[in-house]
Amino acid sequence: MSNTITLKINNKTIATEESSAKRLLDFLREDLDITGPKEGCGEGECGACAVIIDKELINSCLVTIGSVQGKEIITVEGLKGTKQFGVLERCFAEAGAVQCGFCTPGMIMAAHALLSKIPRPTEDDVRNGISGNLCRCTGYNMIINAILMASKRGDGLW
Amino acid sequence: MDSIRKSVIKADHKIKVDGSAKYIADIKFKNSLYAKTLRSEKSKAVIKRIFIPELKDGYYVVEGKDVPGLNKVKIIQNDMPVFSDKEVNYIGEPILLVLGPDLEEVISILNDIKVEYEEGTPVFDMRDSTESFDKYEYEKGNIKDAIKKSIKVIEEEFYTGYQEQAYLETQGLVGDYEDDKVSVYGTMQCPYYVKGAVVQALGFEEDKVRIVQTTTGGGFGGKEDYPSLLGAQVAVAAYKAKKPVRLILDRAEDMAFTTKRHPALLKYKTLLNENNKIIGMDVDIILNGGAYATVSSVVLQRALLCAIGVYNIPNIRVKGRVVKTNTVPTGAFRGFGGPQSIFGIETHMAHIAKELGFTPLELKNKYFVKTGDDTCTGGKFTYDVKLEEMLEKAEEISDFSRKYKKYSSEQGIMRKGIGMSIFLHGCGFTGSGERDFIKAKVKLLKYESGVIEILASNTDMGQGLQTTFKKIVAKALDKNYQDIIYENPDTDRVPDSGPTVASRSIMVVGKLLERAALRLKENWVDGKEQIIEENYKHPDLIPWNITKFNGDAYPSYSWGINVVEVEINTVTAVTEVTGIYTVFDIGIPIDETIMEGQIQGGVIQGLGYGSCENMEYDKVGKVRQHSITDYIIPTAKDVVNIKNELVDNPCDLGPFGAKGAGELTLVGTAPAYANAIENALGVKVNRLPVTPEWIMEAIVNE
Repeated sequence: MSNTITLKINNKTIATEESSAKRLLDFLREDLDITGPKEGCGEGECGACAVIIDKELINSCLVTIGSVQGKEIITVEGLKGTKQFGVLERCFAEAGAVQCGFCTPGMIMAAHALLSKIPRPTEDDVRNGISGNLCRCTGYNMIINAILMASKRGDGLW
Repeated sequence: MDSIRKSVIKADHKIKVDGSAKYIADIKFKNSLYAKTLRSEKSKAVIKRIFIPELKDGYYVVEGKDVPGLNKVKIIQNDMPVFSDKEVNYIGEPILLVLGPDLEEVISILNDIKVEYEEGTPVFDMRDSTESFDKYEYEKGNIKDAIKKSIKVIEEEFYTGYQEQAYLETQGLVGDYEDDKVSVYGTMQCPYYVKGAVVQALGFEEDKVRIVQTTTGGGFGGKEDYPSLLGAQVAVAAYKAKKPVRLILDRAEDMAFTTKRHPALLKYKTLLNENNKIIGMDVDIILNGGAYATVSSVVLQRALLCAIGVYNIPNIRVKGRVVKTNTVPTGAFRGFGGPQSIFGIETHMAHIAKELGFTPLELKNKYFVKTGDDTCTGGKFTYDVKLEEMLEKAEEISDFSRKYKKYSSEQGIMRKGIGMSIFLHGCGFTGSGERDFIKAKVKLLKYESGVIEILASNTDMGQGLQTTFKKIVAKALDKNYQDIIYENPDTDRVPDSGPTVASRSIMVVGKLLERAALRLKENWVDGKEQIIEENYKHPDLIPWNITKFNGDAYPSYSWGINVVEVEINTVTAVTEVTGIYTVFDIGIPIDETIMEGQIQGGVIQGLGYGSCENMEYDKVGKVRQHSITDYIIPTAKDVVNIKNELVDNPCDLGPFGAKGAGELTLVGTAPAYANAIENALGVKVNRLPVTPEWIMEAIVNE
């Protein structure tokens, strides 16, 4: 029986012999040097490690690689280069949504996941959409403004 | 040329948004060893013996006897060991490090190490402690005379709890040893503090120690003093193992065992004459310093200096002490003693008003300090005090006074409340620290090509310094800020421009940069490398005397008014914040969007302090909250948009009129929140945080 796990990460297929119990976050950061996802708490509370798995926003510290075999995983590195990322990047800049930056890759993923489901969210939708992502610097409002701005400016992209 | 305040895209924006910014945990060091900390399980004990199992090749234990220099962390007092080898004074105190290439093996070794303790009798409650790290006292006017003349005394006591910085990036440093030199890399606010600690622990020459800040995921004071301990540890470990050593705390360790805001007990006694006029205030403050001194003495100084807030009371006595207990050491946190005292004075004033039949604002209004008034310690409010103009703006944007009256008399299940706080924050290091200890120095390096690099030791931890420093230099030289270089500081390259603390970076260091840039402009020679150095010059002040506790404690002050509006369900005690309105005088903002970010973030941190951020120790003195699940910080759903106005008040001590801003924004939210709860329920709040449980009890007892 083969112990190979096959993962689809940022549009690349990756086969690994690592233990199926390895956390996806560790696999991304240690094995692949994909360090956009950060470890803020290691227990699924802060959202700094959030990635998108089959269109759902998921904290990669709570997921083993064995459980995401064959699923489509996207990190901020995979989003970079897309038109959606371009709009989010610009709107986060103009709204002043980034301070220390540690929560930012997770916030970008949360914003993208939200807008993919609700292209024209209300302020409440946005607050709900990022409620699993903690930020200690900004007090959230400037991030919320950035996402609302992206929703308007990126009309049709999501 | 645009005004300095016009917002720009932050210099470090792109790398932070696309995930390419490298925080310490993102950087791989070849052949590095993981380090984990063995911590004390006792709150007070003598270490009798440590049983260490036989170690496999490549694994190490690093303990007190491995420290080649002094086994004490250089902070203010030399009381905290790098590795505690004789006694322990709090649960979680570091005893040794285990190093090795495999993390699981390191943890397994850690679990096999046994420590034999001889337990002593610990002290947890700050009231019970007889040992003070420091105490101060000062008087203004004649308090004894005021006591004699008073016909009424209003006395009360307040408690404020711990607050954890909860930066999203936990503490972490990597030490490396190569060619007789130790380098330490990582998340920190003050590279030269870490350098001082490493030099002392290793006993090395200054030039054999190098400290490099990496992109820092939030600090809020928590990375002011604590990295000195971790820095000394990884330096000693790397020196022993001759390999890079990576010590990155997990969230549970960081939350339970690193420094936090001091809990405080504040006693206020106010003396009134026959006309119900306040003729005196007698204040006594105790701060819980935990097991070691850290920066507690300076926190206490600021707490005492803020004790009377923005009021001019003719006769005062303020005394305080910071006591030693067998609990986690407390240290620096944004506001640094200010939030405790401002909660005390603002809430006390509200209670006096109630007793005398005024609204809080009606009473406060009678006692506001004015331009030219003496400070509590015999200094002067030299620069314009614009409280009246600020108050007008606050009323305009929040409709405070009308709502306050309306909500006072409302009944029913859903109750609204609105509260206001008025406060100040001294800009820069307390007392004569800038002149006597820090002596900041900056350099501007102009390359032959005309590109300019800022050489300073201040760090960007999210507050935007990479951008604002560049803007200051660029503006003075009529250049684009993108054309200026400012890297994360490396002590081998930058002079000591002091720590990144006390809202001093913009006003103090920024002013040096402005002066350096203006000199460079005057002496500019095309095609030639030039270095301009600028040193701190102390402004003309009434000299600060720490023994007498008098003089100008700060060169200038920033000011704030916060209004918080709440709605409380009196059946469930669920309390929703429905509005936040703020007015600040921070001189002139160096960047409006960055300033807005400081306001939004600081105010919400202050709201957390006032409402949900509860932290306590258990019966053996151990912090109960070990995770973000237990220690609740605000989420996007707990906050509302903040409506903010700035009142311009340029101050020539700072660059382009800027004053300190970072800490001020946190100081006033908690008392405004408490005041809103009082307005809604007609109760008296005497503690922070005002948790839903406290509110429920207040409703039941009503």
